Amino acid sequence: MAVTLTINGTSHNVDVEPETPLLWVIRDNIGLTGTKYGCGISRCGACTIHIDGKPVKACQTAASAAVGKQVTTIEGLSKDSTHPVQVAWVEVGVPQCGYCQSGQIMSAAALLATRKKPSDREIDAAMADNICRCGTYPRIKAGIRRASEIAGS
Amino acid sequence: MTNVNLSRRAFIQTSVAAGGGLLLGFHMPSASAAKIEPTPWNTPTSGVEVNAWLTVDPNGGFTIRIPHTEMGQGGITSVAMMIAEELDVPWNKIQTVFADPNRHLRNNKEYKVMSTHGSQLVRLQHPHLMQAGASARERLKEAAAQAWGVPRDQVVAKQGVLTSGAKSAPYAEFATAAAKIKLDKEPEIKKDGEWWLLGTPTQRLDIPHKVNGSAEYAIDTRVPGMVYAAVKACPVPWGAVKSFNFEAIKGRPGVIAAIELKAVPGKEDQPDMQNAVAVVADSWYRAKTALDLLPIEWDFGPNANVSSADMLAIGRKVVEEKGIVSKDSPQAIELVANGKKVVSAQYERPFETHARMEPINATVHVQDDRVDVWSPTQDQSSAVLLVADQLKRDPKDVYAHTMFLGGGFGGNGAGGTAVTRQAAEISRQVKRPVKVLWSREEDIAQDKQRMMSVAKLSASIGANGLPEAIVTRAMWFSKGKANQIGPATADYGITTMPYIIPNRHHERQNVETHIPSSTHRAPGANQTGFITECFIDELALAGGWNPLDWRIEMTKGLADHQLVLNMLKDKAGYRTDLRRGEGMGVAIVECHETIAAACATVSVSRRGQLTVEKIVVVADPGHVINPHAGREQMEGSVIYELGHAWMGGLDIQKGRVANTNFDSYNLMRIDQAPEIETHFALSKGKRWGGLGEPAGPPVPPAVANAIFAATGKRIRSTPFRLHDLSWS
Ligand code: FES
Ligand code: FES
Repeated sequence: MAVTLTINGTSHNVDVEPETPLLWVIRDNIGLTGTKYGCGISRCGACTIHIDGKPVKACQTAASAAVGKQVTTIEGLSKDSTHPVQVAWVEVGVPQCGYCQSGQIMSAAALLATRKKPSDREIDAAMADNICRCGTYPRIKAGIRRASEIAGS
Repeated sequence: MTNVNLSRRAFIQTSVAAGGGLLLGFHMPSASAAKIEPTPWNTPTSGVEVNAWLTVDPNGGFTIRIPHTEMGQGGITSVAMMIAEELDVPWNKIQTVFADPNRHLRNNKEYKVMSTHGSQLVRLQHPHLMQAGASARERLKEAAAQAWGVPRDQVVAKQGVLTSGAKSAPYAEFATAAAKIKLDKEPEIKKDGEWWLLGTPTQRLDIPHKVNGSAEYAIDTRVPGMVYAAVKACPVPWGAVKSFNFEAIKGRPGVIAAIELKAVPGKEDQPDMQNAVAVVADSWYRAKTALDLLPIEWDFGPNANVSSADMLAIGRKVVEEKGIVSKDSPQAIELVANGKKVVSAQYERPFETHARMEPINATVHVQDDRVDVWSPTQDQSSAVLLVADQLKRDPKDVYAHTMFLGGGFGGNGAGGTAVTRQAAEISRQVKRPVKVLWSREEDIAQDKQRMMSVAKLSASIGANGLPEAIVTRAMWFSKGKANQIGPATADYGITTMPYIIPNRHHERQNVETHIPSSTHRAPGANQTGFITECFIDELALAGGWNPLDWRIEMTKGLADHQLVLNMLKDKAGYRTDLRRGEGMGVAIVECHETIAAACATVSVSRRGQLTVEKIVVVADPGHVINPHAGREQMEGSVIYELGHAWMGGLDIQKGRVANTNFDSYNLMRIDQAPEIETHFALSKGKRWGGLGEPAGPPVPPAVANAIFAATGKRIRSTPFRLHDLSWS
């Protein structure tokens, strides 16, 4: 069955069962592999993408639910890694293995889109769904604070 | 201080090159696994190879081939820094590619070591890596000297330029000549203190790739014509497949085949296959959903009723019996048996799983003339050998592609696990490239787990409140040779405790289990660091000592330990007089030649809710190559180990791992993470320690000791979450 999706501004026709999680459509059918699989049950955030600007776990979102909406993945967050969160991530040196970081960045970008200067508590709440096995949490916090500065300047 | 606001260093464009190379400094089209060079070790530039590690490129750049893997520890950057230091070239002129494991094997281990484990990249490999740079530099100088008719010692090599008097030329001009030169004597490598680059906090070269989704991991491999496999091994390890009914799922969309994977009887080591069933389909999701619906009947075998509780009962019994003697002291036994003041305690720790964020996977493409492997392995050459063995092919025809690793943590990142064999076997049978991906559930159930352990410790306290004798017995449950890997033994962190206790007697036992086990970040020390350092706290307090002062007193004469403990005392503000519900605790553990001490500050609500406020870690690795990556590793190790001790713990029920996914195996999350402060106390002498692991082990005991200070409750097992910490 064909489903039409708009991902990073480009329209794609994919032949999948409509209930197929977006994660697998994005990775395996469309070939955008920046969005990662970590748990498949909405518990790790590695697959976080934006649908109409809101952070969503792609592993638990059916492809059909994104029809007619704007899907943004890490590859579409900015053209040359220039989103304030990406710039801050490089500056602070947040990633270690990097596997969770697409999800972390998408969650952080969504937070900063609604809260220009999030408090520590707000950062914790917005980022608690995103596991980082490498333990980059102190730098994620520093990265979000720095991104907020960059965005504000 | 935690140094997170680093000045922004050159933003070096990086990308993954065809043929498994990671190329930094050039723009390459995104990885196309299909385009494999016939000789993938060829530098993707027209540079001149001066030695296996290095080419000098005509555009003024230098390509460094990295024999090690990058799992977030900054390996690429450290290797490049060590070679650039000796070669003496501008840091922003460096690009890196992963070295080719096939070349390594063909040429009699040309890169000496390709495996990346045991925090040893800097610790053990620095001499030959630095030597590669130094040797190239001297040969460039010699080539220039010959051309210019001057002695070599009158040629200066600095920042990519050779100079002698008025003559000067870029390295590239003499690269071809240098490649042919043999030196009479290889140069010495530089010493700490003579460095211009090493020791400077340097941004990791892989970072820019890891903020835009372009970093490619094994799981991201895409090969034309590739199919996908989902796998389920017998939930009780080493059980068997009785039957499965492919007919039931055959008609599902995209399903291609179901394949039985068979364990080889008697082969039960780390990389050996379990009995399993794989479903192959045109997408992984289709394979996985079909596998979930596939009726499989298992024969669970003799271990179908084993539980953690049973194992614990065995462990408790075993520590009452005589074990293998690690250190013999009849005097210690005697003193403890007849001591006036004797402290005894038993400690227990459960199995833990690696849970690398990138689930276990491998892609293999078997063809008539060659086999290609993409595997998230810490040891690429083992991936080559495993695949060659499974297919009965010559390793020379097997090409491993080094990818970024989504975590390593000692799990061998799948190079040493069955998935690589599975992928080889399935590709052989379906005659197409196949990506095998374990679901998170399969990853947790079938990973090689960190061993469960029990220890009993007793000590007799002398007149001055300090121990005169200690007797310990530690056991762990391990599978096969796992208990012989590396330094890890059941009592590793116990026998290595630094304290000058006059009489020490240590015993250990390995009890065989069917649960596959393996090394896990900071092997041995990760389990026993907690056991030793909590017991030490009990001893110090029983003797009327301040636990930090006790440690300083009991390591007198050990200069490096004193350095670390005194810096901890200086930086952490350790105190024992906080109000109830708040507490501080300390611990110190040495592993991988690095001494690390931690001070934890916690608060515990009356209802028993634990908050870990802050961790201060001080480490002495002797020398540090990239302090930036070193601090990251320390921070990461703190969270990694604290996570296990606080919310982790595998539960074995009915012979299998009962935890299934991140809803039942909990990892630390950001809202639980403490503030972390890292410090180096560098002894700068003979010590060359690692930083990938050692900061973890002292953290759980520091926190447990802090919990005792806050609540009066002594925790002798992990995870902390199972303890009632309430107080009134
Ligand atoms: S993979 Fe979607 S939340 Fe873990
Ligand atoms: S950086 Fe490795 S899991 Fe987050």
